[in-house]
Amino acid sequence: MKKLLTGDEAIARGAYEAGVSYASAYPGTPSTEILENLAEYKEIYAEWAPNEKVAMESAIGASIAGLRSMVSMKHVGMNVAADPMFTWAYMGVNGGNVIVTADEPGMFSSQNEQDNRNYAKAAKIAMLEPSDSQECIDMVKAAYELGEEFDTPFIIRLTTRVCHSKTIVELKDRKDVPHKEWTKNPAKYVCLPAIARNLKVKLLERMKKLEAYSETTPFNRIEMGDTSVGVIASGICYYYAKEIFGDKASYLKLGFTNPLPAGLIKDFCSRVDKVYVLEENDPYIEEFVRQQGCACIGKDLFPSMGELTPDVIRACITGKPNETIEFDRTKLIGRAPTFCAGCPHRGLFYRLGKRKDIMISGDIGCYTLAAGKPYQAMDSTVCMGASFSLGAGAQRAFHMEGVDRRVVTVLGDSTFFHTGINSLINTVYNKANTVNIILDNRITGMTGHQDNPGTGYTAKGEETTLIKIEDIVRAIGVKHVYVINPNNLQEVDDTLDKCLALDEPSVIITRWPCALKKFSKEDREEFTELFVTRDKVDPDKCIGCKKCLKAGCPAMSYVAETKKVVINRAQCVGCDVCAQVCPKQAIGKED
Amino acid sequence: MTKSILLVGVGGQGTILASKILTNGLMEAGYDVKMSEIHGMSQRGGSVSSQVRYGEKVMSPVIEKGQADIIVSFEKMEALRALDYLKKDGTLVVNDVEIPSMSVITGDETYPDDVLDEIKKHVSARVVDATGLARELGNEKASNIILLGTLIKAMGLTAIDWDTILEANIKPKFLELNKKALQVGMDAVQ
Repeated sequence: MKKLLTGDEAIARGAYEAGVSYASAYPGTPSTEILENLAEYKEIYAEWAPNEKVAMESAIGASIAGLRSMVSMKHVGMNVAADPMFTWAYMGVNGGNVIVTADEPGMFSSQNEQDNRNYAKAAKIAMLEPSDSQECIDMVKAAYELGEEFDTPFIIRLTTRVCHSKTIVELKDRKDVPHKEWTKNPAKYVCLPAIARNLKVKLLERMKKLEAYSETTPFNRIEMGDTSVGVIASGICYYYAKEIFGDKASYLKLGFTNPLPAGLIKDFCSRVDKVYVLEENDPYIEEFVRQQGCACIGKDLFPSMGELTPDVIRACITGKPNETIEFDRTKLIGRAPTFCAGCPHRGLFYRLGKRKDIMISGDIGCYTLAAGKPYQAMDSTVCMGASFSLGAGAQRAFHMEGVDRRVVTVLGDSTFFHTGINSLINTVYNKANTVNIILDNRITGMTGHQDNPGTGYTAKGEETTLIKIEDIVRAIGVKHVYVINPNNLQEVDDTLDKCLALDEPSVIITRWPCALKKFSKEDREEFTELFVTRDKVDPDKCIGCKKCLKAGCPAMSYVAETKKVVINRAQCVGCDVCAQVCPKQAIGKED
Repeated sequence: MTKSILLVGVGGQGTILASKILTNGLMEAGYDVKMSEIHGMSQRGGSVSSQVRYGEKVMSPVIEKGQADIIVSFEKMEALRALDYLKKDGTLVVNDVEIPSMSVITGDETYPDDVLDEIKKHVSARVVDATGLARELGNEKASNIILLGTLIKAMGLTAIDWDTILEANIKPKFLELNKKALQVGMDAVQ
């Protein structure tokens, strides 16, 4: 049966067809939908882990115990998972194990553009790079067969365009894979130095065998056409190259990219007049081609950042960009993403942004949008969980310099569970008197509403123990813990004042669900007033001062003809933040 | 010959469902199809786009600048923003709807009142009041399927059995509404 699948859906389908039984992940664009789709198959046990390191370790455990397992993550997630991954490479698998990394050339939803092919090389793990959804299925299935044959985990490296492009695939049946038996085998699975030294020898031998395999695998293939131009490409760049050159070039399509096939590359380069290496981000293939003594054109012509889409490649080769329709660009207005109407982050950041004498240490999530107008309430963002610890360091530095500046840190509920907990332990242990805010919107928001340890539900939708953030915070030793409603601006102000006056660490938990969340029965019990009302502007009282608009709600707009503000009924969910901002009490509930 | 369709709009306008129905119809009709979207931060009220390419054999899922055969914009400003992607003789369908961005709401920028005039200076745009037509049908949210109908007609794809495709992709409760919306959209262009 034919179907249009995204790369992410196809990775999950490939895992299903390959007989995978166990999967774990932490959400992260553009990889999130892989586990969401894996969880749809009743034959696969799938779970959300609190972070990528935990997901990786769980998948390693399942493999050692005898199941085919998968772990998926966005590119920066591999930084978190790298510790177990590097040693896992030494051990080799029992049940096959595939590690999916979704890289983001172009940084559509990411804080950096790292090229995770370098991880495969550094960790000595075999790697496949699919170019479309059918290859996602085929390569996942091959990775389990080859991984068990060569005794290695596999990395499958995707990019956003492969993850989020739909192409046609052929669906096949699931393979019935007998579970492998677990037997005690410390010489393989206990990485003590003496054992690891033996395993390193085996790892190096395995890489030699994989080098030989890379020369003959059908995933690395030469397609001869016109020999005046030769293109070496992997992943989506293969199709970009075909788009531009068609049959006016020859191709070396690389799908098995660690280890790379030295012989095949030398052979290909000898058969064409000039070689382009087309790859996004780092010159991963290019450097290898040059090491083989082959001349090529790579990053000297093509950019080292952003996507290498066909128009980018064409402009590099022809020296001029595609012709486009000229128009008056001064007519364009920006359309940056914003907090949704009813977003529980709005009230907090509206008030926090008013305090100009503090430093605000931020984190990764929807709330990073508070860095922009109208809030301008974020001074740093690095990675998941960094807000607390970066803030602690900055606060200590201000004290040491004698600077009278307080640090307020902010992160979300899922980010707290991810790596925020460790950082809060540091804050308490090392006596940083930061004000730490946990934005508990009852879900993992930015990636599209995945459950987390605080929601009471698993990836499969089963009820589970709900871990209360305030319990953890108190157990860590924070003495000043406040749980507040962020839509109540007076409560926000009062609590901030109280905490900023302390010489000890404090935690403020702003507890209100994401406006887009599909509310659970527990949500409806706890938040009885949950978005059941709407606000409206009384035109007789509105003086058109536009102060309410500075709260940044997309449901509100100013009407020039009437010189009044109106609220869009279709968007408003009655959070009342605007009503508290209005100096004339012109905003109230609809009747 | 591969054809390129670009659908643009603002997060929440239903571009994703429209492109899903479109691509499934094209696949059922025997074309090779590729569709590319960028999710993530852009869903939070930012600009969104779906790129659809179809033909005998499609290579890139991404449309080059200046190479879209047709752009369907669910919002006026997004049509202007997308002009970079339209072929010089390409078709532009634009929903006569203005959605202020946050910079407009907060007063940092002004939404110009002559966006359509600027567009019409350069291309012969087909302006459709899809939101108004959807309201007449009883549900504003059907405007995405009205625009899909306009697109189908403009690309000469009316021979595909769209009713069956809608049945496979739309909840039964909204099926009749959307079948009507598709027809209204087709009738909106001559």
